[in-house]
Amino acid sequence: MMIERTKVILIASLALILAASHFSSHIDPYYYDITLSIGINIILAVSLNLVNGYTGQFSLGHMGFMAVGAYTATIFTTYLPGLLRILAPLGSLLSVSIFFGLALAVGGIAAGIIGLLVGIPSLRLKGDYLAIVTLGFGEIIRVIIENVDALGGARGLSVTAVYSKLFWVYAMAAVTIYVVLNLVNSTYGRGFLSVRDDEIAAEAMGINTTKYKVLAFSLAAFFAGIAGGLYAHFKQFITPDGFNFMGSISIVTMVILGGMGSTGGAVIAAILLTILPEVLRKVSDYPFLPHWLVPLLKNQMIPYSLLLIVMMLTRPQGLFGGIPLKRKSA
Amino acid sequence: MIEFIQQLINGLSLGAIYALIALGYTMVYGVLRFINFAHGDVFMVGAFAGFYIAPAVLKFSNGNPSWTGAAIVLILAMVICAILGIVIEKLAYRPLRDRPRLTVLITAIGVSLFLENFGQYAFGVDPQFFPDLIGDHAITIPAWCGPFTDLTIMVSQVLVFVITIVLLVALRFIVMKTKLGMAMRALSVNPLATSLMGVNNDVVISFTFGLGSALAGAAGILISIQQPSIDPLMGLQPGIKAFVAAVLGGIGNIPGAALGGVLLGVIETLVVGYSDRLHIPSGYRDAVAFFLLILILLFKPTGLLGRVEREKV
Repeated sequence: MMIERTKVILIASLALILAASHFSSHIDPYYYDITLSIGINIILAVSLNLVNGYTGQFSLGHMGFMAVGAYTATIFTTYLPGLLRILAPLGSLLSVSIFFGLALAVGGIAAGIIGLLVGIPSLRLKGDYLAIVTLGFGEIIRVIIENVDALGGARGLSVTAVYSKLFWVYAMAAVTIYVVLNLVNSTYGRGFLSVRDDEIAAEAMGINTTKYKVLAFSLAAFFAGIAGGLYAHFKQFITPDGFNFMGSISIVTMVILGGMGSTGGAVIAAILLTILPEVLRKVSDYPFLPHWLVPLLKNQMIPYSLLLIVMMLTRPQGLFGGIPLKRKSA
Repeated sequence: MIEFIQQLINGLSLGAIYALIALGYTMVYGVLRFINFAHGDVFMVGAFAGFYIAPAVLKFSNGNPSWTGAAIVLILAMVICAILGIVIEKLAYRPLRDRPRLTVLITAIGVSLFLENFGQYAFGVDPQFFPDLIGDHAITIPAWCGPFTDLTIMVSQVLVFVITIVLLVALRFIVMKTKLGMAMRALSVNPLATSLMGVNNDVVISFTFGLGSALAGAAGILISIQQPSIDPLMGLQPGIKAFVAAVLGGIGNIPGAALGGVLLGVIETLVVGYSDRLHIPSGYRDAVAFFLLILILLFKPTGLLGRVEREKV
């Protein structure tokens, strides 16, 4: 019964997004830009929450997987335009949808495979070590892209097609939330939670903890890859430096602010933290502010970092931690 | 051969700096069992402290480089960093002493980000030019050294190496021969037992942070003497690499951190120096440390000199 209801919700929200996307041309470009950024950040935060929140591991390399997805999807759409021509008889809307959907899927799968390759060795490590190793892998991915000329190196790669429309971004966000929520409420979810709550006890009960950790990790990487593909076809320009360690930290901040292990919290935090820098930028234009305050407001990382520290000191479970989006009698 | 020795010398002076920073990581890990992510940024603050102090100190020598001035700058920067380290511990880490380690790790990341970005606000985003404290130049090698005359050894390289050795000996003395050092070692074995034996754990932890941060401050000055361009994000890469060095030597182990730092510096310099022959583009410089880290953690997670800790339930 439960699953059917969530499916209904998914389909209803997809329909709603489709309807909303018809009005997207009326939205001011500035707000449209922010709206799309919010959607992409939701995908990133919700997927990272699977690893950092539900499974209790600490990954600091989410941006690395996003980069893999972004570059793979871009290469797909740039070098395989022939496929689009083959699909052309299906009509422009359908052919572009299939083409871009395939590109996103390929990007996601590439990121997922890299996630699997990274996850299998590194998930033997715990806590701080895992954090550093994932950070290391994220940086290695970035350095490799920087040094491969075919990918544009440090100069970046421009993306000609703007496929990421409102519908695509939010449809993918809805699918991500749907998959994560359903997964968490399944047998697998119990596995994730058991790894988080007491790994040794879980192992003693015969749970293959490595399997669950690697599954959570590669699935999160898959969605990060999809977010990367969306990002590339929305910003139209990607550089390896755009996927640096700071980016990974901002996603971690979203997960922590929302409360680790709360999908609803991650969504809300992604929205809040995407809007926050814009609000601060608007506030900093206010003419009566003391002049020393303006650069403080314009550097979004200062409030981010203070938020992290204060959050950990006062409410380490996050804003919505410990309150699942929906309760379900197990 | 001469080229190899040259690379080795460059590697050793880089490694000495990694070693100084790595000691701070390893000491804090020894007493608190957590990675002080903000340590690399304390190193950056050390460099900037020197940057602001140096002009005032150099006034006494009419703006000319002077060794006394350099010593004063070094000591003041160490003191400032020690205070910063103690303050960070007191404000951000002490309230979290009994919380899960992940909470403290996240806080440390927050502190690190704050120092970097507040640094950008306070010191400016653009790189600054660190004043010449010692009149750095290449040492002329006497002709009787034969082929070795082709080596380029800078005064600063020798200085870095000498100061690092002096600091290591001093640290060794503090840790092994003083009461506080003994308390530090005892605390790293069993914090509950030390508190029962009348050791004030808070004081010892503050002292450890101060000591580690002072070493990072010294490293900040030393690197600025070698590479005079400093910016608020300069602590990021050396910080992470010094952490790798600490893991390489066995985290929590003080001689191990020094060894790991020197090894990492040499390996990194050799890989970059021989990048043509190894077919590794020199752009991969920053990835070397991470590859090394991943290899160690997979094959010898306790590091070269670390001991195995069994997990108890």
